[in-house]
Amino acid sequence: MSETGTVSGQELFERIRAIVVEKLGVTADVVTLEASFQEDLGADSLDTVELVMAVEEAFDLQIPDEAAEGLTTVAAVVSYVEANKA
Amino acid sequence: MNREPVVVTGLGLVSPLGSTVSSFWTSLVAGQSGIGPLTRFDASDLPVRFGGEAKGFDPLSVLSAKDARRLTRFIQFAVWAAVHAWRDAGLEDVDCDRDRAGVFIGSGMGALDMLEEEHRNLLDKGPGRVSPFLIPGVIVNMAAGVPAMHLGLRGPNLSPVTACASGAHAIGEAARTIQRGDADIILAGGAEAAMTRLSLAGFASAKALSTRNDDPAGASRPFDRGRDGFVMGEGAAVLVLERLGHAKARGARVLAQVAGYGASADAHHLTAPPPEADGMQRAILAAIRDASLSLADIGYINAHGTSTPANDKAESAGLRAVFGAALDDIPVSSIKSMTGHLLGAAGAVEAAATVLSLHHGLLPMTLNYADPDPDCPLDVIAGAARSRAVRAALSQNMGFGGQNAALVFSHLAH
Repeated sequence: MSETGTVSGQELFERIRAIVVEKLGVTADVVTLEASFQEDLGADSLDTVELVMAVEEAFDLQIPDEAAEGLTTVAAVVSYVEANKA
Repeated sequence: MNREPVVVTGLGLVSPLGSTVSSFWTSLVAGQSGIGPLTRFDASDLPVRFGGEAKGFDPLSVLSAKDARRLTRFIQFAVWAAVHAWRDAGLEDVDCDRDRAGVFIGSGMGALDMLEEEHRNLLDKGPGRVSPFLIPGVIVNMAAGVPAMHLGLRGPNLSPVTACASGAHAIGEAARTIQRGDADIILAGGAEAAMTRLSLAGFASAKALSTRNDDPAGASRPFDRGRDGFVMGEGAAVLVLERLGHAKARGARVLAQVAGYGASADAHHLTAPPPEADGMQRAILAAIRDASLSLADIGYINAHGTSTPANDKAESAGLRAVFGAALDDIPVSSIKSMTGHLLGAAGAVEAAATVLSLHHGLLPMTLNYADPDPDCPLDVIAGAARSRAVRAALSQNMGFGGQNAALVFSHLAH
């Protein structure tokens, strides 16, 4: 089961990476788990809002503002979605 | 009058006749139509299914993929026109004082396309799905704000919003600002990308548009008896206006002088001009006076000529009232016959055409002028461009709301 879990984690990362690539206009190779949206990927405050919205839409989630503020890295988004998706 | 001349040293544009100065000018002189069926969205249920879509425009040649995605079409047009005008003026390699370089680019409508899209999101998905880029995408002043960011120009920055006169007001006010000593250079013009379902439906409801769906290229026919409304177009034009001393000091090419500017209001009706366009008359007289010229110096009139029954008749009456019998010897054309009506960009694109006409001594024709309207007794240039060296030329625009602006361009007096 753990192997399946890893695969699904990888799939999740790839889906989120595709969203980040589209919204921030960056290439896939720089979108690592550790990457910070604002510090490493050139996002501004408006980009970050749009990114959170796109993640909500893709995974059918409602992310409260307090939680959204903490989603500053790719890893944080992956973990949040993993923990909260239906 | 002891003020330093303001001159035009560069042009940049996006238009239905191409998005380089050379393609635009070549098409104008050849009398080509830029009007065709709408291709960018489904227009099949609209009463008007044609217009002048911008040609040869590629946002990615002036913007990063990310910026192109974040910026709406009219802002992209403004950036393109500003960047190309800056290059055309030879300013790319010049170390100028960017605190004294400004941007005045107006727009009539802003980004109706994004407004429609995000309103749909609001209704379908709720407030939480409305894009954070909605507000910076739709507000009209981004037409001047974003090119300034792009080129790092930190001088005066303004976006006149006077409907179809926005571009002309921008140029006139920019010239004034330079004359006042507040800037050395201003990129001035207009940008518009308002061919959307909502806007076409609205203009059609106001009975302003031609419905000649079976003959798009023949639909814009200013001063012709068969005209039945204007044809919407999209695009942008930016003129580099420069203090003469500044232009001379850097050895810049001077295309023309912005000799005079006049503005007025009709205070009359929401959309219609008064029967003799007396507001336009006052703007024209003010511009000629501002230029310290006489009526006899005007050798060409680039008309507003929208191809609506009311505009062309009122404009003709107004020009007759200003120039009297002398009007018979002043060639007139409306390039809207080829570009369509670029609304907030119209005054700027027409100013660019007027500058090129003076510079080349060649006056563009009015396409589709087949059956002269006796209510518009003008010397309309038809059939071919007319070769004629003129000392000064007039370009005027009238906006919904009754706002008028007139510009006089001339050769630089030596």
